[in-house]
Amino acid sequence: MHLELNSKIPDGPVEQKWSKHKASIKLVNPSNKRKYSIIVVGTGLAGASAAASFGELGYRVKAFCFQDSPRRAHSIAAQGGINAAKNYQNDGDSVFRLFYDTVKGGDFRAREANVYRLAELSVSIIDQCVAQGVPFAREYSGLLSNRSFGGAQVSRTFYAKGQTGQQLLLGAYAALNRQIHSGAVQMNPHTEMLDLIVSEGRCKGIVTRNLRTGKMESHVADAVVLATGGYSNVFYLSTNAMGCNVTSIWRAYRHGAGMANPCFTQIHPTSIPVHGEHQSKLTLMSESLRNDGRVWVPKKQGDVRAPHQIPEDERDYYLERRYPSFGNLSPRDIASRAAKERCDAGFGVGPMGLGVYLDFADAIKRLGRDAIEARYGNLFDMYDNISGENPYEVPMRIYPAPHYTMGGLWVDYNLMTTIPGLFAAGEANFSDHGANRLGASALMQGLADGYFVLPYTIGDYLSGVKPGSLSLDAPEVRAAEDRVHGRLTTFLSMKGRKPVDHYHKLLGRIMWDKCGMSRSAEGLKGAIQRIGELREEFWSNSFVGGSGEELNQELEKAGRVADFFEFAELMCIDALDRNESCGGHFREEYQTEDGEALRNDKDYCYSAVWSQRQDGAGHELTKEPLEFNNVHLATRSYK
Amino acid sequence: MNLTLFVWRQKNADAQGGFERYEISDVSEDSSFLETLDMLNLRLVESGQPTVAFEHDCREGICGSCSMSINGRPHGPKKLTTACQLHMRNYKDGDVIYVEPFRARAFPVVKDLVVDRSAFDRIQQAGGYVSVNTGAAPEANANAIEKDKADEAFDAAACIGCGACVAACPNGSAMLFTAAKVTHLSLLPQGQPERSARVLDMVHTMDAEMFGGCTNHGECQEACPKGISIKYISQLNRDFLSSTVKKALSLRGKMQSQ
Amino acid sequence: MGLVREFYRSTVGKKMAMALSGIVLVLFVLGHMAGNLKIFAGVDLATGDYKIDDYGRFLRAMGAEMLGHSGVLWIVRVVLLACVVIHALTGIQLASLNRRAKPVGYEVRSYRSANAASLTMLYGGLFLMVFITYHILHFTTGTVHFRGFVEGEVYSNVYSAFQNYGIAGFYVVAMALLALHLYHGTWSMFQTLGVDTPRWNKGIRTAAKIVAVAMFLGFSSVPVGISIGALPAPIAQAGTN
Repeated sequence: MHLELNSKIPDGPVEQKWSKHKASIKLVNPSNKRKYSIIVVGTGLAGASAAASFGELGYRVKAFCFQDSPRRAHSIAAQGGINAAKNYQNDGDSVFRLFYDTVKGGDFRAREANVYRLAELSVSIIDQCVAQGVPFAREYSGLLSNRSFGGAQVSRTFYAKGQTGQQLLLGAYAALNRQIHSGAVQMNPHTEMLDLIVSEGRCKGIVTRNLRTGKMESHVADAVVLATGGYSNVFYLSTNAMGCNVTSIWRAYRHGAGMANPCFTQIHPTSIPVHGEHQSKLTLMSESLRNDGRVWVPKKQGDVRAPHQIPEDERDYYLERRYPSFGNLSPRDIASRAAKERCDAGFGVGPMGLGVYLDFADAIKRLGRDAIEARYGNLFDMYDNISGENPYEVPMRIYPAPHYTMGGLWVDYNLMTTIPGLFAAGEANFSDHGANRLGASALMQGLADGYFVLPYTIGDYLSGVKPGSLSLDAPEVRAAEDRVHGRLTTFLSMKGRKPVDHYHKLLGRIMWDKCGMSRSAEGLKGAIQRIGELREEFWSNSFVGGSGEELNQELEKAGRVADFFEFAELMCIDALDRNESCGGHFREEYQTEDGEALRNDKDYCYSAVWSQRQDGAGHELTKEPLEFNNVHLATRSYK
Repeated sequence: MNLTLFVWRQKNADAQGGFERYEISDVSEDSSFLETLDMLNLRLVESGQPTVAFEHDCREGICGSCSMSINGRPHGPKKLTTACQLHMRNYKDGDVIYVEPFRARAFPVVKDLVVDRSAFDRIQQAGGYVSVNTGAAPEANANAIEKDKADEAFDAAACIGCGACVAACPNGSAMLFTAAKVTHLSLLPQGQPERSARVLDMVHTMDAEMFGGCTNHGECQEACPKGISIKYISQLNRDFLSSTVKKALSLRGKMQSQ
Repeated sequence: MGLVREFYRSTVGKKMAMALSGIVLVLFVLGHMAGNLKIFAGVDLATGDYKIDDYGRFLRAMGAEMLGHSGVLWIVRVVLLACVVIHALTGIQLASLNRRAKPVGYEVRSYRSANAASLTMLYGGLFLMVFITYHILHFTTGTVHFRGFVEGEVYSNVYSAFQNYGIAGFYVVAMALLALHLYHGTWSMFQTLGVDTPRWNKGIRTAAKIVAVAMFLGFSSVPVGISIGALPAPIAQAGTN
């Protein structure tokens, strides 16, 4: 289907766009709001904040999450912090600087207007969260404390020890609970969305399966918000939760929604290295550790000495060497690639040579063990627990891991996808981070979308539709139910002998090797072919077992893995199509002599928006050109 | 290493459950406990048997999904550690391990090791929030909050809502959970206006959900993967008493003014 | 009244009722123990009476001008009885609630901080009720006193009762169980009423231990003292009542 992309970016100077837009969009009369119903899928930061805010406004809301409680959405695991242009440190921060850093950090592949709005709203987010009782870290003065994060030269990150995501999510969850208590929001936990209901070109509802009882149900509404997170689990091993999946946004894609920049994935530089065959996930060590930790590898290849036996002059602090002005706080894509470069060249440490040191010895000497413990105690404990090594004494070993996906459903300035009535928020959309996300910006974006963007823009859409126009008996609803039912039956009747996880692992390995930290045309072409073959095998040789009328975790996984297979192919197609290196997307063919990413603004300064061909065969590309009027389109340098 | 697992299998809430014995070999000491269950499930699928259902998600100790007791201890033997972060190096070759769902009447078993913890959500819904609408917040730094108070509130707010406290308590009491939730907000200035109503509503909801009462065994704080102290229970008790008194006085005040 | 009911209906309210009645009972037990120690004070040389017998008379005569003979004593008895009833009823109610809240236990059970004291509060409490009933029938009314009970002659009653090693032993065992009950009860009171602070907690627990041990030693010293012959046989007295 060819997409007509209208990004609906308001006219005028970038710093006035959002206020002008808010002043001009249509509103729904307070007494009419209760006639409209909204479905919110996902209860992470974006979903919970949106559902709560809709409830406060008076809309009737149905919220869904696959976890047993909305509080368990994976936003809870974000460690480091949330950015906001408060300039409490008097270090030269401003809305413009946050905007600038984010556009530059995203390697000039994000919309200026969206990013500016995000920077503008960041300030209100902190106010809102503090008012909810989020216990941010404070100074002895009793005022809010900040730390530094990668890709910025100011301290603008607000945090709550290493559990910022948890505290922000508990804030949003509390706001959501208040609306559940008042009856404005009907909460449906352990319920997974399996299809969309689209009627006369507009999104009107979803089909769900209750994961505890297996009951399939349709829910109709006047608008649907997908806040279902990212797709890093396409790599199988990632820092995402086990349940994170692409299903909801892939189902939307199959209904004609545009998918933007699927190949823009973020590989986080500081994760605990892989240890073995049966590993199920990778654990992140917060980027905030790079505030005080120094990254190094031995200068000698294959040096197997214990780290403390390697003298100072035989250590290569490669980030400080290559990027002297940002050093250990270089952005994630840069730090990840630099680690991979060292390990590929044979300087890596640890049993498999896939690791670099993150060393706190200097910081402990300078600040004392107590200070380090106060800052990172819980992270150090976590590391000790997993690796069996004490990071106060031995440097941590870290390696990059899939962590976040910048790509996602294409949305306009109102966060609406190409299907009218279907909105996407948080990591599920593609809007604000371009080709690379800066640390502490995901929490900011999720909450900006949910608290401060959608409550305005959804009203603009709803004011133009008649409430409650679709009945549960409509043929579109029946058809969607039949599709879901058919798919579940197919999974249950698979007669193979392999668990679906087996294929997920194999898919993940292909994606990590060929569409991970670095990609090549040849590798991607091979990957696309291999994915196709493996998909056949998955459908013919998997086994689910059990029934559909009960808690059946294998069945849940089967649906998710099947969608990952389809999505993975599109991801490789997008990566193959983008003949440049930018942000998290690094094509080996396009690099400078010293191994830096080589962007091609002449040919690729656009968002790649994919859609499914009408005939079902293959994918079609539509380009949304990007214009940079406020930030000079320049080669990104952190040297 | 090789291990013998006795895993609680129960088809659904109404079915009779029982232990099933599994021998599992070649467990790596770097694996987590849940990865060991993954291995078991893999073998079960390969032999066409239904897998063991267990709840898990983030696998980094923060989402609170894990709901299994290992040899009678919620989340297993290691202090301050969730089941997903429990690594097999804590066991040795030949160990016999009993794996059961969290036990409490308020947490009915759904299947195998999965329990229904929605009672926790309902306690939270009864008042675990500050009633501030989006957009109505004052400037974040307008009110300074003593660092000690803020830190103490954080320690309470660190609760991941896993339910280990209830599972560990011989009385199946949810006092540690409720206390952590109530106290997080009652320590902060933002939580003051609704402080009294909050504690009364949340405690009454807790009781209505059929959790037991606290008899100060202290097992909850031992089991809590986030190290939440029973000092918060003491604080909750204090708040409950003073809120009742306050309510009584305000009722009297209202009657007199009529 | 509705508010009181609402308060009591909650598990927290019940615990507070237990704690408040518990305070009265602990204080009583402390006083009782101190009084008992007068048995070691011997005879008042001026009157020739045992000091502990004088003490008993004093208790009965307290406030006699206003409330008549034994008036104050009866008020104390009624208050104590009320506290015992409240303490026991709430205890039993809570225990049954708690049992219902944990219908299934674990196959393997290992406790970390729950201990003999905390786990036996119900049984200890029920035993103490039986013991108290026996004790009253034994030394207050003399109903089950095997021989020679004379009301008011405390020293001789006690002395003769503990001539039986079985009875003396039973009292010592009962006091050990009382001490266990008191240890958990005393520190719990502070936690339940929310009057502790983390700074004091250690001290409160130590104090509770001291109270429990002191109580055990103080009470047990009487049957033990008599059994090992550390106290002389009573001198024959004319009835002074």
